[in-house]
Amino acid sequence: MRIFDPHIHMTSRTTDDYEAMYAAGVRAVVEPSFWLGQPRTSPASFFDYFDSLLGWEPFRAAQYGITHHCTLALNPKEANDPRCTPVLDELPRYLIKDSVVAVGEIGYDGMTPAEDHALAAQLQLAADHGLPALVHTPHRDKLAGLHRTLDVVRESHLPPERVLLDHLNETTVKAARDSGCWLGFSLYPDTKMDEDRMVALVKEHGPERILINSAADWGRSDPLKTRRAADALLAAGFSADDVDRIVWRNPVAFYGLSGRLDLAAPATPPSLHEGNSILRGGE
Amino acid sequence: MTIDLTGDPAALRTALESSLGEAGRAWLREALAQAQAQAQAQAGAGAEAGAPGPRAALPPWEIRFAEAGRHCDAPGAAAARVLLLCTAGVDAPTLHRLYAHGTAAERRAVLLALPHLAHAREGSALPLVEDALRTNDTRLVAAAVGPYASAHLDPHAWRHAVLKCLFTGVPVDSVHALARRARGDSELARMLADYAAERTAAGRPVPDDLTHALTLTATTAHSDATPCPAPVPAPKVPAEES
Repeated sequence: MRIFDPHIHMTSRTTDDYEAMYAAGVRAVVEPSFWLGQPRTSPASFFDYFDSLLGWEPFRAAQYGITHHCTLALNPKEANDPRCTPVLDELPRYLIKDSVVAVGEIGYDGMTPAEDHALAAQLQLAADHGLPALVHTPHRDKLAGLHRTLDVVRESHLPPERVLLDHLNETTVKAARDSGCWLGFSLYPDTKMDEDRMVALVKEHGPERILINSAADWGRSDPLKTRRAADALLAAGFSADDVDRIVWRNPVAFYGLSGRLDLAAPATPPSLHEGNSILRGGE
Repeated sequence: MTIDLTGDPAALRTALESSLGEAGRAWLREALAQAQAQAQAQAGAGAEAGAPGPRAALPPWEIRFAEAGRHCDAPGAAAARVLLLCTAGVDAPTLHRLYAHGTAAERRAVLLALPHLAHAREGSALPLVEDALRTNDTRLVAAAVGPYASAHLDPHAWRHAVLKCLFTGVPVDSVHALARRARGDSELARMLADYAAERTAAGRPVPDDLTHALTLTATTAHSDATPCPAPVPAPKVPAEES
């Protein structure tokens, strides 16, 4: 089984995770830029993070045979901190990079005026750079947040077929589907979606425009949720073709809108010794 | 197709063009024309030329530099980026900015271009090489130990670069002029021997590349370098660059 995790924060994960993901069938990931848990206090902190998503993390992923792309943006939470908002002025020089396949994560956290501005500005940046957008829907007041998100998308120059709405669930899927946007579902051990609910949701709505992701990060999360969901779908009677569509072809189609998706398997790097490791020396 | 990224710009362009399709060649022609225009504009502006302000639009050739991977395969993109750097007449501030703002692939191209850039000949770009050698990204480490490092790294930094290659699995053949600089270097020999001893003590194999590098440190007949107690079989072959 080939799996494309379209939303995973590998910066927060270990090399054991990369090994386990490869063994489970994960061959490609997209890492959206987001909040690191500890709030940032300056644009420079973002730049080092962006550089890592364009340099070190793809190198690390390649050690394990996994292709790594990223999405870059000022995230909704930190869009509220005036110490961070100058990042918006510097984003254009990052959005031209080869492995940037979308603007994201953008969207709402607390639905503030500052978030309105950052969302609209970054949808425009996506349109200006020929990129699609990965839009995080808020955890608090989710349905209202989805409707407000859709209003801003409709007012933007980015058509809905170039927008992926993420962290959807049973309460938001219908409005999201009716909008014409792509539909992202994050599967977590405790929150967001789980495998059984995902099966029920695909039974009701079909595999069209649906993407599933682990959104694994520094919190309680599981980078193998994509595989677990795929297994659950197969066990529920979905065909291998349906599952391949959800865990591979749909993410390829969405991020392929950027024209920058390069899924050539990483060359085995010279540092790959005995099937292992990011060498620090003496290992 | 393999492209020799250490070749001179004319040879590089010939090799790159022969590897590209028609669309790729058209893209390259336009990109190089934009780089040439930048060089002419910069020459005309004289001392006023330099990096754009923080919010100024990027020159067109720099956008081509960033997007090379969308028009060429990975080896071709590296070659295209090196050619663009050679053509655009980049000054030192621009070169340092392109490295600092670059992806790993862009930084690698900057490192590969250093031997061809006139303004860098006095060693002004050494901080970029040193930055790359601090990383554990083997693509950057390998690109950093080219002719520019060989010409400008001081003995201490150069020896550590050789060790860095061994530690990270970068083939020591990547180190430009390894045989010439290593010959008779008793301090490098000591460092290599200590590393071999450390691996042996840990029950780990001594890499063939370590043995090879140690072989190259052997003194010539008239050298006064101190022989090193090698923990590996004594070199049996003359230390000649192959």
